[in-house]
Amino acid sequence: MTWVLNNLGLILELTLEHIRLSILPIVLGFLIAIPLGWVAYRYRLTRGLILTLVGLLYTIPSLALFVILPPLLGIGFLSEANVIIALTIYAVAIMARSVADALASVDPDVRQAATAVGYSSWGRFWGVDFPLAGPVLLAGLRVVAVSTVSLLTVGIVVGVQSLGYLFTNGYERGILASVLTGVVMTVLVALLFDRVLVLLGRLLMPWTRTRTAPLAKGAAA
Amino acid sequence: MIEFRSISKRFDDGTLAVDDFSLVIPSRRITVLVGSSGSGKTTLLRMINRMVDATTGALEIDGENVSTIEPVQLRRRIGYVMQNSGLLPHRRVIDNIATVPRLNGVPKKQAHERALELMDTVGLDRELAERYPAQLSGGQQQRVGVARGLAVDPNILLMDEPFGAVDPIVRADLQQELLRLQRELDKTVVFVTHDIDEAFLLGHQVVILEKGGRIAQKGTPAEILANPASDFVASFVGADRGKRALSIQTIDGAQVLVDGDGNLAGRLVEAGPA
Amino acid sequence: MNLFLDAFAWLADPANWVGSGSIPQRLAEHLRYTGLAVLVASLIAVPLGWWIGHTGRGRELVVGLTGAARALPSFGLLFLFVMVAGVLQREPASVVVLMLLAVPPILAGAYAGFEVIDRRIIDAARAMGMTEWQILWKVEVPLGLPLLFGGLRSGVLQVVATAVLISYIGLGGLGYDIVQGIELRRFDQMLGSAILIIALALLLDAAFALLERWAVPRGVRAGRLPEPRTAPTGRRATAESPATTEREEKN
Repeated sequence: MTWVLNNLGLILELTLEHIRLSILPIVLGFLIAIPLGWVAYRYRLTRGLILTLVGLLYTIPSLALFVILPPLLGIGFLSEANVIIALTIYAVAIMARSVADALASVDPDVRQAATAVGYSSWGRFWGVDFPLAGPVLLAGLRVVAVSTVSLLTVGIVVGVQSLGYLFTNGYERGILASVLTGVVMTVLVALLFDRVLVLLGRLLMPWTRTRTAPLAKGAAA
Repeated sequence: MIEFRSISKRFDDGTLAVDDFSLVIPSRRITVLVGSSGSGKTTLLRMINRMVDATTGALEIDGENVSTIEPVQLRRRIGYVMQNSGLLPHRRVIDNIATVPRLNGVPKKQAHERALELMDTVGLDRELAERYPAQLSGGQQQRVGVARGLAVDPNILLMDEPFGAVDPIVRADLQQELLRLQRELDKTVVFVTHDIDEAFLLGHQVVILEKGGRIAQKGTPAEILANPASDFVASFVGADRGKRALSIQTIDGAQVLVDGDGNLAGRLVEAGPA
Repeated sequence: MNLFLDAFAWLADPANWVGSGSIPQRLAEHLRYTGLAVLVASLIAVPLGWWIGHTGRGRELVVGLTGAARALPSFGLLFLFVMVAGVLQREPASVVVLMLLAVPPILAGAYAGFEVIDRRIIDAARAMGMTEWQILWKVEVPLGLPLLFGGLRSGVLQVVATAVLISYIGLGGLGYDIVQGIELRRFDQMLGSAILIIALALLLDAAFALLERWAVPRGVRAGRLPEPRTAPTGRRATAESPATTEREEKN
């Protein structure tokens, strides 16, 4: 406990740094995954190809990806960009599948009804498909957020500052409190992201809140 | 004979699905339980093979109280056919039909032979034996379901809206098949449906159920149609309207029947030998 | 790209393939940690997941556990466990962490495999007079096998990935050459072992993908080919349920 009190400044600084570095991969991953997931959903042939490809990317262990990206992209080994790009790749890998699944979850009847009343395909995508896919998209995004926050800690091995510093530094210097604080703070940041996303979902998708309301008694089946 | 004696069923969540229900289901006849959802008809059906146990009351099959029979053994003696057939998707048609005999320890070869015979019985081409359920049409799947129900040659066949999910033409076909099968095999059939037309077509005895398993009326289709016991029954069977409310009109000296919607239903002729 | 050429040269160097600390030895260590962790995790998670799936009891446990596991930074857990257990016990402590990481995805896979089975099939099996034991072995296990293997697949991959990190606490495995390479600024060694790790992960992924496909009963597969929408697949796994075989946490 004394260690925590003596290092409040450091903990706060690393937490803020952790939050800052997490946001970009989550947002970028989401944006990139939308067209990718749409193509996978829309065209059967590409579905297998895209989903397999992102699946393979996801399979790569993070430390290996941190090591292999810099020479591939010609960026600095110890640069922030390295870790952000790697985490974006993972975010896309999770999210592309989520987008494809989310779009497939939209009731085809609703989709046809929208076309029937005169939506253009572009208008229908943003006005009908995308919002109705929202709940599944949100679920995917929550996974992305939480896993990004957790993965970022590994970045410390290639020198990118985050809460992961509390792990390596604590281990090397034998301070259990430091490692424990790191774990707790990482979980808290993950929960923070999760909460924010849930609240955002409620704000943007008010109709999902009414879903638990009892259904009107149907006519005799 | 199956006898329900003052059966009640309260589910764990407190809902009273069946309240003091008594009924005799005669052997070698088709008895149809018909009612809307919430009438407890499926619950009643499932009590016969102890998929559901009554909270109070007694249910006897040929004088034997089912609560004294081990459920698994009981179920293996009673055929059961359900909506969407409930076939095992990972087993071929022939294995699906042979499931219960195999459970009872019948050797595979013998069970398969019997399954092939049953495919003939229910009007399925033997060539379909090696297919998987997902490779069959809805009507074919339903026939497999019936064949499976008959596999141990049970005295009793329970059918829970078995034709609910197939299209009307196939359904009509399956209904005729069931009537033929019952005539040929002489089984006691308990059939659950929400479709009154199906009930009247199939049932020797029709039991119309209200909420909570209350019997609104029971009898032959003719008895019910001739004398609806209540407004509920009259409206449920549609006795006062539509195609059941027929009236006689005379056109060009011939008597024709006109239904409640004003559509011509047929021509009145002398009743032949019934 | 000459960095990659160096990496392949390092991989091809016969000196790296024999003796103490050689590639085969590191690979064997890696596979040993992984195999041990996944085995123990399976012994716990598979029966538990099946039990939950069969009885429907404890569903919240699976949802909660898989959710919580995602948020836990496994890298930090590794340090935490080793420090608590003491450096002398770092090997068993690491394997315990790896095992803990593998439990949620395997549990979810075992459970979800049962969960997605059309309830009417189970109902029909019971109505025919199958005992609970027979329902389990003749219906639920064969139909649930693909998702179980899916869960095992994510469990194995996660453990393989996390096992890379255990070299950081002074244990072996394929990560050793990366961590040492970073310290010594030996790029050929770092890159070479990273390539090796990626190859191993992809290979294991492919093996489990095949296993997953093989486990789909032929009748279920048969229905998928002509018209994928006709086969009733029961309750659609909702986004919130663990039935989605979403990969778990990464490392």
